[in-house]
Amino acid sequence: MNTRATNSDSPQSADRRAFVRGVGMLTGVIALGHPLAALLPSRAWAVELRVLSSADAASLLAMIRTIAPHDTLDDAAYALVVNAIDADAAGSSGAHADLAAGIASLGAGFAGMPEAARVERLKTIESGAFFQSVRVKTLMVLYSNPIAWAHFGYEGEAFSKGGYLVRGFNDLKWLPDVPPADSGPMPFG
Amino acid sequence: MPRFELNDPDLVVIVGSGAGGGTMANELTRRGLKVVLFEAGKRQSLASFSQNPGEAFGQLTWLEPRTQSGTWDPVKTSPTLPAWHCRTVGGTTVHWTAATPRLQPDEVRARSVYGDIPGASLADWPIDYTELKRWYQVAEKRLGVTRRNGNPGMPASNNFKVMYAGARRLGYKRVHTNYMAINSRARDGRGLCIQQGFCVQGCKTGAKWSTLYTEIPRAEASGKLDLRSECFVTRIEHDAAGRATGVVYRDSAGVEQRQRARIVCVAGNAIETARLLLLSESGRFKHGLANGSDQVGRNYCHHVLSFVFGIFDQPVSFWRGAVLAGVVEDENVHDPRRGFAGGYHLELAMLDLPTLPLIGLPYGWGRDFSSVVDGYRNMAGMLVNGEDMPRPGNRITLSTTAKDAYGLPVAHIHCDPHANDLAMRAHGTGQGRRIYEAVGARRTVVSPMTPATHQMGTARMSHDPGQGVTNAYGRAHEVPNLFISDGSVHTTAGAANPTLTIVALALRQAEHIGGEVAGGRL
Repeated sequence: MNTRATNSDSPQSADRRAFVRGVGMLTGVIALGHPLAALLPSRAWAVELRVLSSADAASLLAMIRTIAPHDTLDDAAYALVVNAIDADAAGSSGAHADLAAGIASLGAGFAGMPEAARVERLKTIESGAFFQSVRVKTLMVLYSNPIAWAHFGYEGEAFSKGGYLVRGFNDLKWLPDVPPADSGPMPFG
Repeated sequence: MPRFELNDPDLVVIVGSGAGGGTMANELTRRGLKVVLFEAGKRQSLASFSQNPGEAFGQLTWLEPRTQSGTWDPVKTSPTLPAWHCRTVGGTTVHWTAATPRLQPDEVRARSVYGDIPGASLADWPIDYTELKRWYQVAEKRLGVTRRNGNPGMPASNNFKVMYAGARRLGYKRVHTNYMAINSRARDGRGLCIQQGFCVQGCKTGAKWSTLYTEIPRAEASGKLDLRSECFVTRIEHDAAGRATGVVYRDSAGVEQRQRARIVCVAGNAIETARLLLLSESGRFKHGLANGSDQVGRNYCHHVLSFVFGIFDQPVSFWRGAVLAGVVEDENVHDPRRGFAGGYHLELAMLDLPTLPLIGLPYGWGRDFSSVVDGYRNMAGMLVNGEDMPRPGNRITLSTTAKDAYGLPVAHIHCDPHANDLAMRAHGTGQGRRIYEAVGARRTVVSPMTPATHQMGTARMSHDPGQGVTNAYGRAHEVPNLFISDGSVHTTAGAANPTLTIVALALRQAEHIGGEVAGGRL
């Protein structure tokens, strides 16, 4: 992982509000070879957190990576899930307390454990509300952003490019073409 | 567009603007009747359809809360969204995937052909198949269905090439790019399909038929349609003689209004149609309007639905292309040797990346789960779409625990799948896996029952007023000027995606209403 969890608790912090609340940030650098690296203004990214400390954010990020492990998917995508969970928890003190208790239940050093140990730990809390809420949020957020789309090859919106009619909807070559009687002609053939 | 008076005595009120309601609006205004068309959702357009799957979902979907119970999968897998349909002008025709198969002759005689199946409330449709077929032909011309009336079939996508090769290798004979209400050529003032794969987000070329940009604008052009979007009908009222007199609704500002009506047609999608009838209980109709038979809300059908995905060694890019443009028809027969009654279609299907893990994959996490998503590029997909058994206990009732924004109880859905449904699901998903394995899938994955997208049966048609809610024209047995104009009236589900049948029955109902009005009987 190339993510650093930094405590923004020094007066030198760029963000005074973060300093006042004593909360954390997640930062990282998108890998040079990443498809988005050429498109983004900067490869460096940072997620400012509202309620989570940097240490808790690192534990949560490790949990999300254990739930949905894609080794070469950039941490920037996982950080979006952390950000969404953090934002939800900022909505009420009860939600914040539930999240803090959930992360505490992962135990100290969770983020540094080997994957097999993290899996075993998560199995012990799998039936609980905390695990399930993080799992659902992971499914909702992790695959809904351009970083993930580039990673998995999903091309997304196509209307602005004229659809896929002349851009590969039928470019599969490893099986035979379908006979005309069971399909139909290209519209401008 | 005219704005008719609230006390105008000469109006037809239609509740819901989808396949049934939107078609009725066009057909009745064409016959010179004045129509007020109520739609709970907002009006979108080709330009306003979002192309972000998550945003589009929020833009189009019925998201008011619902409660549910029973042993069907959505209780666990989709607790907040048991059914996935629309709340927008054009209704579910905005997000539908436009497959338009016909019901088969055996399916509209399900009780006679399948026999008495314990635990199921099968019945024969009160319509002769030759009559239904005549209206299918009218509907297919209206919708421009491919492979009918000289409309070319859809060209084969990558996803279909995989399905086709596997299905043929298994010996299936009736495999093609499906009957689709999508323009394979420009026609009817609308463009052709450019294979975007964004059918569910709203078709930005308008190649896919939707009442939003076909029936409704035509009705508006007649000068006889008053479309009231963002208006939610909460009650149908009646007089001492038991005739419907109008509807109570909340306008777009949330203010309660009362619209007088000569005729009321309800087309709110089977869950909300049943809810509205139940909400309209009165001293005369103690268990809900037109519910003397106690059949309103019962026999809720939603089809046996499961995705089957195959993951291959080479790319498929299945997100490219019209979503449902492919079908295996061979299993759409009644053949009890398979261990169940009724039949199913195997339909081409895909899910965009954000939606796949939310509704397409079985519960899971860790390496086993993530390795499926890792195969997204190399994935092919299909949907088992089969006839589910009607059951009296599978029903829509008013929730005792949840209320909507106006303080009205929301719909509660209870479903226990019949053993026949489970046997059919096992057979269909097994055949789907075999299709992909026949062409080299290294892994196949089967989804649980998805959120229900086909709602049927909650106000079903019957000859006998004791056995159903409406007659064969969708006219309530107990309320002579109340009509049901959506899939609620389907006596049984069959295996056909319901929209073509909804449109066919709406066209027929509109002709019936026109004749009754002209004859002074309505």
